[in-house]
Amino acid sequence: MSASPPGGVAARFVGQRVPRKEDRRLLVGRGLYVDDVVLAGMLEAAFVRSPHARARIKSLDLEAARALPGVRAVYTAADFAHFGLDLFNSFAGRGSGPTVRTLADGHVRYVGDPVAIVVADNRYIAEDGAGLVMVDYEAEDPVVTIAQARDGAPVHDGYTDNVGVAAATPDDPEIAAIFASAKHVVTGTIRHQRQAHVSMETRGIVVAPHGEGELTLHLSCQSPHMAARYVSLLFDLPETSVKVLSKDVGGAFGLKIQPWREEVAAIAASLKLRRPVKWIEDRLENLTSASQAREQEITIKLALDAEGLLLAADLDYACNVGCYPHSNDCNTFAMMLFTGAYRVPKLAYRAVSYYSNTVGQAAYRGPWAMESLARETMMDVAARQIGIDPLVLRERNLMTAADQPYAMPSGMVVHGVTPCETLELALAKVDVPAFRAEQARGRAEGRYLGLGVAVYVEPTTMAMGGPFSTDSAHVRLDPSGKVSVVVSTHSQGHGTQTTMAQIAADQLGVDVADVTVLEDDSSRGGFGPGAGGSRQAVSGGGAVSHASRILADKVKAIAAHMHNANPADIRIEGGQISVAGVAEVSTTVQAIAEAAYFTLDRLPPGMEPGMEAQYRYRPPPIVFSNAAHACVCEVSAETGVVKILRWIASEDCGVMINPAIVEGQIAGGVVQGIGGVLLEEIAYDAYGNPTAVTFKDYMIPTIHDVPEIEYCHIITPSDSEGGFKGVGEGGAIIAPPTMVNAIADALAPFGARCLDLPLTPTKILELIEAGEKG
Amino acid sequence: MSQHSIEVTVNGEAVRAEVEARRTLGDFLRIDAGRTGLHLGCEHGVCGACTVMVDGLAVRSCLMLAVQANGRDVVTVEGLAHADGTLHPAQQAMKDEYGLQCGFCTPGIVMTLAALTADGARPTEAALRDALSGHLCRCTGYQGILRAARRLAQGTAA
Ligand code: FES
Ligand code: FES
Repeated sequence: MSASPPGGVAARFVGQRVPRKEDRRLLVGRGLYVDDVVLAGMLEAAFVRSPHARARIKSLDLEAARALPGVRAVYTAADFAHFGLDLFNSFAGRGSGPTVRTLADGHVRYVGDPVAIVVADNRYIAEDGAGLVMVDYEAEDPVVTIAQARDGAPVHDGYTDNVGVAAATPDDPEIAAIFASAKHVVTGTIRHQRQAHVSMETRGIVVAPHGEGELTLHLSCQSPHMAARYVSLLFDLPETSVKVLSKDVGGAFGLKIQPWREEVAAIAASLKLRRPVKWIEDRLENLTSASQAREQEITIKLALDAEGLLLAADLDYACNVGCYPHSNDCNTFAMMLFTGAYRVPKLAYRAVSYYSNTVGQAAYRGPWAMESLARETMMDVAARQIGIDPLVLRERNLMTAADQPYAMPSGMVVHGVTPCETLELALAKVDVPAFRAEQARGRAEGRYLGLGVAVYVEPTTMAMGGPFSTDSAHVRLDPSGKVSVVVSTHSQGHGTQTTMAQIAADQLGVDVADVTVLEDDSSRGGFGPGAGGSRQAVSGGGAVSHASRILADKVKAIAAHMHNANPADIRIEGGQISVAGVAEVSTTVQAIAEAAYFTLDRLPPGMEPGMEAQYRYRPPPIVFSNAAHACVCEVSAETGVVKILRWIASEDCGVMINPAIVEGQIAGGVVQGIGGVLLEEIAYDAYGNPTAVTFKDYMIPTIHDVPEIEYCHIITPSDSEGGFKGVGEGGAIIAPPTMVNAIADALAPFGARCLDLPLTPTKILELIEAGEKG
Repeated sequence: MSQHSIEVTVNGEAVRAEVEARRTLGDFLRIDAGRTGLHLGCEHGVCGACTVMVDGLAVRSCLMLAVQANGRDVVTVEGLAHADGTLHPAQQAMKDEYGLQCGFCTPGIVMTLAALTADGARPTEAALRDALSGHLCRCTGYQGILRAARRLAQGTAA
């Protein structure tokens, strides 16, 4: 089942594995990442950072650093006071939360807290200078963990506790009654460790204070427009005076959604010095001072009837958002989405975020992913407790096509999803009976094989008001017949220069090779929020599709006028124009385009000359996509090492613009999820010192850790233009519970509950030992 | 900090510079020689993004000093493709197999694949996989990289 593009045109490129337009220049070393930008007179910055998680700054001695040849400035909070900068706790603008200064002012609140910025002729000298800054600290007892935050001294001035945000459903006596009378009540507590985003390119900025009131920023970001808006609001400059350029970005995953303390400090330093300033984060800084993610715990209570039907869920959630979170919230969204693809009549939750003396948190690919981890792992726990096959328990509770639209107890309405169908496909691919037989044989030989399955629905492209609601496309057919698409999407590896071109090429009837997509300059096109919330295919794609169709209609109108035909009879294909039923008429898109600019008397009377169209698209408020993943693994009872034998991703992201790019998004997400379960952990010691500060201690998956992923696609077009759905985050959301469930299934003979991440070999051996004793 | 005058052959061209003893080969190539194709993803020898070829061997340029490259022959990713634009088989295999997304790790991976398949060598898929385990990629989940390595091992890359 595949939908054709709107406007009745043939899908020649959408749906195809079109080679990526980005790849050639990236493969030959002609990318342009922020650190590749060099400007005349450019200085480089390094930061002096706090070695204490919590301390008062008694005094600062900057003299030795300032005296070092090549050091051009050393600035502290006092030097930036006149800017009055209080960073917004939200990419969208001012939110709630603590005051966030660029540099620590009087107190440091986490290890890595920037205290001073040293600007020098190059980074080597800047780091030498940073080493010469003397800071006298009076250390205080830090608040590191959620438990300490609950009753520890407030991290922030003017607060009476460490509660960031608290949210809860109102007391509902009906829910209490359901739990009191339910046949089965299943409870469990799930902990997710802290992680780092680890884009391979760290953060970075080159600030060029060109002209009075003008600022050009080369920035590693997720949207040049959002960054320009953020900086203009922060520095109180007209939005048009800030130009953000961001050609190639080496991954972001949520980390680069807004400029943060260091980037803003570099801007302030550049404005004071009136010289270009570059700051490129090094990996040590990245793992200790860039925003982090997760660190959540949730206690779940599920009520089920005798048949295993879910009756109600009750959630107690807490997260450690660190000192300065990118956005001040308690992940209410994870609570609201908890019921996922299941029919669950009732939901109660209490969620709290806590500040601590650790690095602040930021959204990370699937920021609400805890809902899937919690729900899907608890479904397996429930199945085991009740004595039903976890697959059967899922099948009994999943929403079918007939149940949709289905209103979740949180009020969100799900429609157009295929959880039953994707699960069925995944299980057929696994061949469950054959696996169970192999598993039984394995167990008899002391080999522990496990099958894990998880199912989810994901709200993508949320366009419910606010900056994330629209995208703009400006499509131009040049006199040469080539197409330029200026679109407010932005790629950090997403391949939008290819996918957006595919959409435009179909609508305009031209070759995809003749379409160039431009999305790297905030000053070139209209506002758009860029990457975030799995939205670009739907929102950007819709804008490009619509704008291209307007232009195609103009091509048809001109061609019809020139050849005395009806516009409805004009066909454009491969750049050629024909008129249905009139064989002798043949012209080209290029000829029509040229005429539109140069031969104005051949245009229909009154028609605007030229070939430019623009459209701002607002997608439906939420576009749900969904998937079911399955993993087969083997756990070594000797070493605790998990080997993934198979991974099946069965998903429905609507019409796929480019299946190879869809699969790339899924794979990248899945492997990040696997890393979160097996390997990665940002840990702090009792003093708040981070203990994973290099890639030797913060281990992300390597090529040896990954399975070869098998894909199944179901295409249920959404009601957005083009029928697209988002797919950027799903893999990262569903991989963790899939992986955990597979390990738990393998360890079922030991009665192990695997609910405390990461499941490192040491932890798995502990679970096995406990089971053997148990 | 002592200054040293060095001459390094970079992609066939002689590059002379005065460098501090502490300057890494990676910084020399990016800043002094203008070869920004290699990327610095960690500067502590784990991620592999900075990989170049020194006298034909894949080397992490963040772990080697510029002065150690004095008189040697260095090839960066800019030096791999044919002058007429034809991609090196390692580049072509990565392209055909969607082996990259953001492209930051890519030059390093290409250099390792190129070094191991130089002069018609045909390592096994397992050997290539082992070598690639020294490269971190956060975007692709290694799926396309694995397929590209397989193509090179099977000799089916263009
Ligand atoms: S930068 Fe050299 S290995 Fe990471
Ligand atoms: S393609 Fe982005 S890190 Fe490999």
